[in-house]
Amino acid sequence: MQTSWIPFVPESASTVSGKVDALYFYLSGVTVFFTLLISGVLIFFVIKYRRRSPHEIPRPIAGSHKLETIWSVIPFIIAMSMFAWGAQIYFQNSRPPKNANEIYVVGKQWMWKIQHSTGQREINELHVPTGRKIRLIMTSEDTIHDFFIPAFRIKADVLPGKYTTQWFEATKPGIYHLFCAEYCGMNHSGMIGSVIVMQPTEFDNWLSGNASQQSPAVAGQQLFQSLGCVSCHGANGEGGRGPALAGLFGRKVFLTNNQTLTADEAYIRESIENPQAKVVSGFSPIMPTFQGQVTPEQLIQIISFIKSLQISNPQSGTSTATTPNSKIETRALVPASQTGTPGAK
Amino acid sequence: MAEGHIATEHTASHPALQHHFENLEQQREAGTLGMWVFLVTEIMFFGGMFLAYTLYRTEYPQAFASASNHLSWQLGALNTGVLILSSFTMALAVYSAQMGKRRNQLVCLALTILLGLTFLVVKAIEYHEKYVDHLIPGRLFPGNPFNPGKVHLLPGASANNVEMFYWIYFAMTGMHAIHMIIGVGVLSVIMYFAARGRYGPEYHNPVEISGLYWHFVDIIWIFLFPLLYLLGRHLEHGG
Amino acid sequence: MKAFETFETPAAARVNYINAQYGLKSWLLTRDHKRIALLYLGSISFFFFIGGLYAMFIRLELLTPQGDLLSSTTYNKVFTQHGIIMIFFFLIPSIPATLGNFLVPMMIGAKDLAFPRINLLSWYIYLLGGIITIYALLAGGVDTGWTFYAPYSTTFSNSYVIAAGLGIFISGFSSILTGLNFIVTIHTMRAPGMNWFRLPLFIWSHYATSLVMILGTPVIAITVLLLAFERLTHVGIFDPASGGDPVLFQHLFWFYSHPAVYIMVLPSMGVVSELIANFSRKNIFGYKFVAFSSLAIAVFGFLVWGHHLFVASQSVYAGMIFSFLSFAVAIPSAIKVFNWTATLYKGSISYDTPMLFALGFIGLFTVGGMTGLFLAALAVDVHVSDTYFIVAHFHYIMVGGALFGYLGGLHYWWPKISGRMYPEGWGRFSALVIFVGFNLTFLPQFVAGYLGMPRRYHAYPPEFQVFNVLSSAGASILGFGLLIPMIYLVWSMRYGKHAEANPWHLPGLEWRTASPPPTENFLITPIVTWEAYEFAPPEETQVIGKFKEETEQA
Repeated sequence: MQTSWIPFVPESASTVSGKVDALYFYLSGVTVFFTLLISGVLIFFVIKYRRRSPHEIPRPIAGSHKLETIWSVIPFIIAMSMFAWGAQIYFQNSRPPKNANEIYVVGKQWMWKIQHSTGQREINELHVPTGRKIRLIMTSEDTIHDFFIPAFRIKADVLPGKYTTQWFEATKPGIYHLFCAEYCGMNHSGMIGSVIVMQPTEFDNWLSGNASQQSPAVAGQQLFQSLGCVSCHGANGEGGRGPALAGLFGRKVFLTNNQTLTADEAYIRESIENPQAKVVSGFSPIMPTFQGQVTPEQLIQIISFIKSLQISNPQSGTSTATTPNSKIETRALVPASQTGTPGAK
Repeated sequence: MAEGHIATEHTASHPALQHHFENLEQQREAGTLGMWVFLVTEIMFFGGMFLAYTLYRTEYPQAFASASNHLSWQLGALNTGVLILSSFTMALAVYSAQMGKRRNQLVCLALTILLGLTFLVVKAIEYHEKYVDHLIPGRLFPGNPFNPGKVHLLPGASANNVEMFYWIYFAMTGMHAIHMIIGVGVLSVIMYFAARGRYGPEYHNPVEISGLYWHFVDIIWIFLFPLLYLLGRHLEHGG
Repeated sequence: MKAFETFETPAAARVNYINAQYGLKSWLLTRDHKRIALLYLGSISFFFFIGGLYAMFIRLELLTPQGDLLSSTTYNKVFTQHGIIMIFFFLIPSIPATLGNFLVPMMIGAKDLAFPRINLLSWYIYLLGGIITIYALLAGGVDTGWTFYAPYSTTFSNSYVIAAGLGIFISGFSSILTGLNFIVTIHTMRAPGMNWFRLPLFIWSHYATSLVMILGTPVIAITVLLLAFERLTHVGIFDPASGGDPVLFQHLFWFYSHPAVYIMVLPSMGVVSELIANFSRKNIFGYKFVAFSSLAIAVFGFLVWGHHLFVASQSVYAGMIFSFLSFAVAIPSAIKVFNWTATLYKGSISYDTPMLFALGFIGLFTVGGMTGLFLAALAVDVHVSDTYFIVAHFHYIMVGGALFGYLGGLHYWWPKISGRMYPEGWGRFSALVIFVGFNLTFLPQFVAGYLGMPRRYHAYPPEFQVFNVLSSAGASILGFGLLIPMIYLVWSMRYGKHAEANPWHLPGLEWRTASPPPTENFLITPIVTWEAYEFAPPEETQVIGKFKEETEQA
């Protein structure tokens, strides 16, 4: 829905913003209707039935069950329509699409640190192309922040020690506000930035212009070696004394306590910081904790590396450190897959 | 405003009747209802902590079991027994007040207070043990930082979360101990008035509602004991 | 005009609760609920004034997009302290502790509240909490926002969080004790003949409010206490650095703080029910529906706290359940609004100041309630939460709702409280100014909010300036409007016209005793033989016929 001609509505620049606006208009319409109805009736009664003599006593009216039923049921039906509509959009948005590009966001007092999966880093700026689905994986280094892009009608809290995600698909090139919407201390109102939406070709140019940086997966791989993870989990995550990591992400994991869970960001993070909390079935709890040794950003890099590991190709014996999908990423990751061989550094 | 009173019933002249009540029956009803309402607020008050406990116990089962196993279940059980006994003597005190047996009432109240003090002494011993074992969470005692060295950590238990258990332990039992201290204080006042013959078959509401409070504080402990001391014991031997 | 029977004798009326005793001690140690109400009135007015000053600084700072008047640290403290003082020390005690304290016993025909000493104690507790909080604000200032979210409050902000938390913890007990007193009083001390369905709706709404107070307040008390200790010992259950979950704090906080909104607005609804019925000389339309909707709001109000956490990493399904329940809680409020409107039908409506405030309340509460639906609707809430849309919405409820009810009630019962009439012309004028100023202040904020302006911003992008200038202009009108009653009410205590026992000619019990009333309210215990708002004998009651169809069409 194109809404820019309507006053008092922010720029609409994502695939959901039109849907949110439509619901907003519905709600506004109902609000204006009922406010006018009630004030109208109120003013009409107040004038029509004003006290004409100080002694008049009007006849009492007991009330009416029928009317009470009507004005309980009709508002309830209207409210339920709002609920269903709002919940439907929310529910759809809560499921990130499978093929989305991932961008990592770390909030800290008082800036946004952003890294593309191809390695480009930005501070308080986020470049994204139109027409591609982008999934933000967000965490905080200190207190709670909130990543809010009004033009996309999306917002989500960014918490320390947790990963939250939200996704969008930009539709319209331009420069939009990025706000921190959860109060985070002294310079909260300075924790702002811009989202720069570009045409895909322009965006690809921008990417290649900034391609010198290391992708998080590659940085994660270096950490994987320097922290000594390789000695148990294998250089390419093929496993050893520790469980195999290749292909781990998104898979079911069986634990020593007979529980099963799906490996996600939170699980990998927990296993790095408190390895013995959830030990994989068949392994002994020998891994030391890395709590305090890795920053939230480095954690993201390690997770990103683990995500990139795919089950080893039996012929070559080396796995390729490719982050999932998308042409640009694969292209940008050409150097990454070369450094993917252990010992190359 | 004495002329405003209309003595509708003979109880209106009872010395314990407050000026704004019509009769003793109304005063008793108000007192009892007031105490019940107060106990509801107490449930909500402890409820916040029980929620936090449940949440983290589920989240960090190993750490909570390790820390819990280090508590002395013997002392906890002793205290449970002490409190159940004190509830019994409290009930007898209320009964004696209703029956007008002043001597019995005084003895039972004294026993209740004594048992309450016993509980607090045992609690103090436990707290001291924790202090000696460096298990006071956080930086409350600068010279004695938290150190879980004395706690046998089960696999997967992190020291951080053990500290959190002790934080919750001290918050819950500490809050309960404060309630016990208030209870002992209230009973002492009741005992003083009982000794002066204030309570009898006609008027004994303060004894009754103090009894309600006392039983409530006991019941809180009945929940605290298994949750804090007993859950997760089996892991000690299994692991 | 119908003369309603009074329970006083002319000679005795000369001794009232104000002149029964003299001296500071007779006030500070009083157990008379009416005197305690006045103590509360004085202290909450003081806090309201301080909170208003903070609001003035906020609006001045936001006149320009740059943060140029105050430093960002100061600004953060100013909005935090505005929130803490206005919510915990003005709005929550406002109607219950003043009008409620004064009128609950009188309206049910009792001599006092059930526990007069506890009532006095609650005032001292309130003062102690207030003094500690003021200390925290003066000594260093708290900059966490009134919401005290962890881990900002436990780890990053300054240590005055401890004192402020302690102040709120302590003042919470004053609220608990007031609620407890009301519940027991309403249950056990009604005059003969005053059965539950003869109670004025003011009493029903106070009963519902008290339920929220006793069930909710202990939870915030323990939560801020744990928070203060966590700040003190640097270990605890909310900071993720020690394995805690900051979202747990948000759950516990909103479990109280959402129902707390109903602590503010339910008593106000009670006042408005009184005003609408009495100033149109009609019994309230659908008495039982209005009465039970108060209880429904109190109960449902406890089930919707999660709608504050739609963007705070709460699970999607929890979000949907809380959204559903939040829509459900709107229905009892709607029922009230419709019943008030229907009460006016074929009434005899006067335009006295209290009635103007009541009419203003209905309009503003409708806007406040309807915009609440935006926040219950998940997808829209994601966009508007933590923006000025929220700020506008809750000010419509708290100022347009709670404050309008409070001012209406204060004017309505002023003759009873002070024994003097307030100047009617000034009263109407101030009602009008406040209404205009209020709307000008907060309507633009809805727009700024949907456009994306986040709340708690010290500096903001220039495109939002126009809304902020409108808002600040409105705030100056609102502030001026609020000063007028402060002045003339104080003036009237000495120079106002003496009030009769029943200046509005109403049937309620509180109007059947002298103004000001004697110490025990009634010289003889009243026996109630009439229904609530019984202006005309019951046999005249009309069974609605034509009216029913008319409204159905509307």
